[in-house]
Amino acid sequence: MALLEVDNLHVYYGQIHALKGITLHVDPGEIVTLIGANGAGKSTTLKTISGLLRPQQGRITLSGEDLAALPAHDVVAKGVVQVPEGRRIFGQLTVHENLLMGAYIRAERNGVETDLARVFTLFPRLKERRSQVAGTLSGGEQQMLAIGRALMSQPKVLLLDEPSMGLAPVLVEQIFETITGINRLGTTVLLVEQNAYMALHIAQRGYVLQTGEIALSGSAAELQANAEVRKAYLGG
Amino acid sequence: MAATIVAARIRRSWFQRLSVIDLFLWGFRAAVLAAVVVGTFATLRSGRYAGEVWLDFLIFGISQGSVYALIALGYTMVYGILRMINFAHGDIFMCGAYTAFYAATALHRAGLFNRYPPLSLAVILVVAMATAVSVALLVERVAYRPLRRAPRLVPLISAIGASFFIEYAVRGLYGSGFQAYPEFEVFKGKWNVFGVGILRTQAVVIVATVILMTLLYLFVMRTRTGTAMRAVSEDMEVASLMGINVDRIIVITFAVGAAAAGAAGVLYALVFKQVHFFMGFYPGIKAFTAAVLGGIGNIPGAMLGGLFLGLFESVGPILVLDGLGIVAPYQLKDVIAFTMLVMVLIFRPSGILGERLAGKKA
Repeated sequence: MALLEVDNLHVYYGQIHALKGITLHVDPGEIVTLIGANGAGKSTTLKTISGLLRPQQGRITLSGEDLAALPAHDVVAKGVVQVPEGRRIFGQLTVHENLLMGAYIRAERNGVETDLARVFTLFPRLKERRSQVAGTLSGGEQQMLAIGRALMSQPKVLLLDEPSMGLAPVLVEQIFETITGINRLGTTVLLVEQNAYMALHIAQRGYVLQTGEIALSGSAAELQANAEVRKAYLGG
Repeated sequence: MAATIVAARIRRSWFQRLSVIDLFLWGFRAAVLAAVVVGTFATLRSGRYAGEVWLDFLIFGISQGSVYALIALGYTMVYGILRMINFAHGDIFMCGAYTAFYAATALHRAGLFNRYPPLSLAVILVVAMATAVSVALLVERVAYRPLRRAPRLVPLISAIGASFFIEYAVRGLYGSGFQAYPEFEVFKGKWNVFGVGILRTQAVVIVATVILMTLLYLFVMRTRTGTAMRAVSEDMEVASLMGINVDRIIVITFAVGAAAAGAAGVLYALVFKQVHFFMGFYPGIKAFTAAVLGGIGNIPGAMLGGLFLGLFESVGPILVLDGLGIVAPYQLKDVIAFTMLVMVLIFRPSGILGERLAGKKA
């Protein structure tokens, strides 16, 4: 059974029909990617799953439990957490405080300490800078912090919105490696990317979004081989 | 040759950029500066006031500033999170002071007031803070929360409405007269601190403020809820993506600010010994000035701004205006306070400690 299921999702921004019946699912342990052009509705889909936007129609379920009616903070408590586009770390809080905010929903001290140590082994850079104000980190470090912060809530499903945006090519590769690593440790990932090449490289399956609709779906290999996808998103 | 042409062009553009408004502002700056310098010089040369008098003004300024700072915290914390000026905050301060008055007279009548002064003061503080918090939460629920997604002007208007509502509700309930606060016998007269005589009420105000400020600072900087508050004030949407219940944090913010205002109400009443349904207006506006002065949204800024404003207001009239030959300068202390507000808004809108808001929240 699918872990996260989105069924016939319709979302409007005022008069604009942004999502026109999106249906997708993510199985446990998978990396699934959503690719598509600017304005296709990728971020909107993630925002709706996270409870920041209310769908007019459609269902979002996690292991069969309905998420669509929950406010954003309860969606996190259910185990779906998002790393938002543009990192959006808390720039005036320290690295350590940012990570603690990621663990806000958790009451047990010991577990949080263990996870803090785990994030620090994943990103040793953050450990060096733990008492530094997060706004002074470099772009790559901020992305690490944003991912680390999300992991602190022990998510079942990690939603990543454009994690490679604005990063140097070396760092992009590093971030995708990290995502694969996190996935291997048991976290299911739904990845939104403009960098379709890298996204299809690490994902098992993918969906192509076009103006609010799913135009194509299939295994990563199928999509990589698809002529239209190659032309539109992979540069030939 | 080419270099001189370029230089001429630069000079011209600099000159062209100088608008009438710039000239006016520079003139305004110069005029205020000249008035301050001339006035101060004249006052000091006349030697009309002895060192002791200055000390009294200074201490009065600090105690007055403490009260402003306590109220300013509420403005600044709410602004930090909602980017909204809670104009009913001065009236929440008044509600605290007014209920404290009823608690104080009840204790007085029971004969407990002067028998156990510290305990009575504690009881009065708790009553005042509890009332202020309840009123603030009610206002938040009824007047602000339904408008959270409305354009920013809308909750501002609602805040002004709430302010009038509270004022005239209190007037209707308790009348429009001044009510005299009972005085603590132990707080009459002066204490001698390092050879300096300090009015006891003012000392109590200063000590209580220092304690409350320290507690509040520790709460905001060291606790999980405090950290969440700072997170929400930076990015509400992402805070909710971290599982933070933003509405709850907003409620806590209103509650903490109101508790500080309630305590300020008691301290204010200790010094001025009377309460009135309209008493929240001026301290409210002054505290708002203090918050802007320190950099609105910034908690240490509110503390600093309050202190500065209190000092300017108490020392300024004598130091500056007296030297300019103005009769009864003390009546013009509000002029000094609001001139400062205007100056800050024109020349440093971000305040003493604030950063440029445009870059942060645009």
